[in-house]
Amino acid sequence: MSLGPYTSFIVTSYALVMAVVLMMIVWIVLDYRRQQSRLRELEASGVFRRSGRSAADIR
Amino acid sequence: MTLIDLATPSKFLALTARVLPWLAAASAILLLVGLYQSVMAPDDYQQGATVKIMFIHVPNAWLSMFVWGVMSIAALGTLVWRHPLADVAAKSAAPIGAAFTFLALVTGSLWGRPMWGTYWEWDARLTSVLILFLMYLGLIALWRAVEDPSRAARAAAVLTLVGAINIPIIKFSVDWWNTLHQPASVMRMGGPSLDRAFLIPLLVMAIGFSLLFITLHLAAMRNEILRRRVRSLQMMQASQRAA
Repeated sequence: MSLGPYTSFIVTSYALVMAVVLMMIVWIVLDYRRQQSRLRELEASGVFRRSGRSAADIR
Repeated sequence: MTLIDLATPSKFLALTARVLPWLAAASAILLLVGLYQSVMAPDDYQQGATVKIMFIHVPNAWLSMFVWGVMSIAALGTLVWRHPLADVAAKSAAPIGAAFTFLALVTGSLWGRPMWGTYWEWDARLTSVLILFLMYLGLIALWRAVEDPSRAARAAAVLTLVGAINIPIIKFSVDWWNTLHQPASVMRMGGPSLDRAFLIPLLVMAIGFSLLFITLHLAAMRNEILRRRVRSLQMMQASQRAA
């Protein structure tokens, strides 16, 4: 398949969109893990929610 | 489960845990199908293969405005209904909206260079979308600058509602002023003017990107709720140590 004389513009556009979407996904997944890890550390140090339920439990 | 039930962060978290895998799978499938259809779509008789940029530029441009619309409803939720998840929704949507707006600007620029002969023109459509991007960055900066989430929420909600004025300006800028940007070809009176060969991949990509936004937004809201739990537990820990 030939994209003609503007291949670089088309390929750059698609590559950029994929890169930014992937970055958003990775950022959100890492942020989730970071928050869960902080909550576990706090609970391990003896700090609990008033309800008594685990703060890291989201089910 | 009713909307009132979702006011409880715990119930919202339980819901996201159930729906996120399905939403992520549906987004991935639709985006892959849309990508395949975009690659296989024929060249346009005027634009040649550069028309393929439309399949990613237009969904990102739509979402740049849609996300601000979501944030505006959330801002009303903060100021009027005082819904506990409203500012969580607004704060979580802003970085995602900024990313979609950035992509709309850059892909538009990369499409504009071969079609218009320039990467950028200070016309009404392009300038109003750039202003939207700067407003997203301003809101993100505001949330980061104010430590107390409830104080930041009210200021951000007011700024969001003021910024909502820009959305109809972006939408109708191509009708109100002379601009290099083409007028609407899908959401217009009289129906879409695009051929089915372009319209179907565009709609599949638009639905795929919209589902992607919903997925990322719910996941980001979940993270924000957990971040606030961390903050309140850290405050409890600090007060226990002080006592």
